[in-house]
Amino acid sequence: MDFIELKNVFKVYKNGVSALADLNLTIKKGEFVFIIGQSGSGKSTLTKLLYREERPNRGEVYVGGINVAKLRNSNVYKLRRKIGVVFQDFKLLPKLTVYENVAYPLETYGMSRGEIREKVLVALERVGLKERMHSFPNELSGGEQQRVGLARAIVNEPKLIICDEPTGDLDPKLSREVMDFIDKINKELGSTIIMATHDKEIVNRMKKRVICLHDGVLISDKEGGAYIENEDN
Amino acid sequence: MKIIRIIGKGIKDAFKSVFRNFSLSIASISCIAITLVIVAIALIATYNVNNITKKIEGVLEIVVFIDREADEDDEKYVGESINKIANVDSDKTVFNTKEELATQLREEDPNMALILDTLDENPLQASYIVSVKDVTKISDTAEEINEIQHVTSVRYGENIVNRLLNVFSILRNGCLVAVVALIVVTAFLVGNTIKITIFSRRQEIQIMRLVGTSNTVIKLPFLVEGFVLGIIGGLIALGISLFAYYFIFDYTNGTLFTNLAPLVSPSSISINTAVVLLAVGGLVGMFGSIMSARKYLKI
Repeated sequence: MDFIELKNVFKVYKNGVSALADLNLTIKKGEFVFIIGQSGSGKSTLTKLLYREERPNRGEVYVGGINVAKLRNSNVYKLRRKIGVVFQDFKLLPKLTVYENVAYPLETYGMSRGEIREKVLVALERVGLKERMHSFPNELSGGEQQRVGLARAIVNEPKLIICDEPTGDLDPKLSREVMDFIDKINKELGSTIIMATHDKEIVNRMKKRVICLHDGVLISDKEGGAYIENEDN
Repeated sequence: MKIIRIIGKGIKDAFKSVFRNFSLSIASISCIAITLVIVAIALIATYNVNNITKKIEGVLEIVVFIDREADEDDEKYVGESINKIANVDSDKTVFNTKEELATQLREEDPNMALILDTLDENPLQASYIVSVKDVTKISDTAEEINEIQHVTSVRYGENIVNRLLNVFSILRNGCLVAVVALIVVTAFLVGNTIKITIFSRRQEIQIMRLVGTSNTVIKLPFLVEGFVLGIIGGLIALGISLFAYYFIFDYTNGTLFTNLAPLVSPSSISINTAVVLLAVGGLVGMFGSIMSARKYLKI
């Protein structure tokens, strides 16, 4: 079985909007995959199914051999400890420093201070922000803030990193900077990376596997693919 | 170690939150304190009612007067009949002949001795003094005794006792109703405070959920916060009620209207009252926060 497998997945929201229809997909361990498509094509829904923020109405969603669609609410946290998530709006806590933001998940897991310090410094080193660890988020540029988000996502060395439009709020230069770090982490940690994005330039530059969704249906899946022009917004 | 660290963080977060939403915390604490003061009043009243009832039970006896014409056999018959009644504590039944009563009276009061000397015949009646096991059934028992042959009359402090017990039971029930109503209101108010806390920390909660924090760890600070609000309210109520009771005890010299109704000493009920107030405070606080956490955390 592949690291990620989606079998006949359907997702219809309570308001009647159909987000995914009969989606079948497999992703191998260590792969770097872009998910592209227009707004409302089901990209975010697909990522949310993977970290069990949403459940499919039908079908199976396997992550690391576990059918997360059947995971009980009380056990979801165990899955999420193995997944790092990076968001478009960074989701940093403004009153905490860079160091504290990255340490935050580990603190809630009850890890010891020494262990936390060790892991946080490694993560900050990986995203090149060790020098800024005492700064607060509002003292950083957008790109740096997203790198803090990335450091928080990788601090527990997850097997899967999900990025939901991570460069959506960044200009092209900062986007490239963040992407370089994500690529580096993919190579260094061997984590599988799934990234939902609109960013044509990034997709074309990275030459990775590209999955394209349209109205919840998979319309193309190519290795080393490019952004599909007619789906451009 | 891991559990200790998690609990430590929960407690730290809870205290931070109490101070962050200070005005709301004060409102909740005041409401809990008011409720618990009434709980304390009910509790202290109950202690005193029980104490007074016990005291009354101790002194409450039925005096059974026997027909002056009755002979010794008749008197014996009356005694046996009394002791056959279930509610009569037969070991404590005492018989006084009219001669014994006269001697007793002479000893107690010299004037009575003079009066008795002027009379040709002893005017007193032989009597039994009867103790009962269950004081609440004393009137039934008295009536039963009254039916026995050769008994002319029975006496016991029926009116005072009944009135006192009635007043006490009204007081106790009134307090109980008020306490239950206030506990419900308080739980809702605590729940509301926790709701505000949850909203003010919703970003943090969302991040916690996404990074894989267990539900228990997410909920813990809110439960501790409710508990802390309850305990602080409980301590305030305890201070107020014990201070007030010490004052009343001092002011009345430890008795209520009459020496027959002594008040329980404050020191002997302090610990029990403290345990009850803190436990009720803590539980009501936690109950309120559990309600809110369930409703608004969505985990």
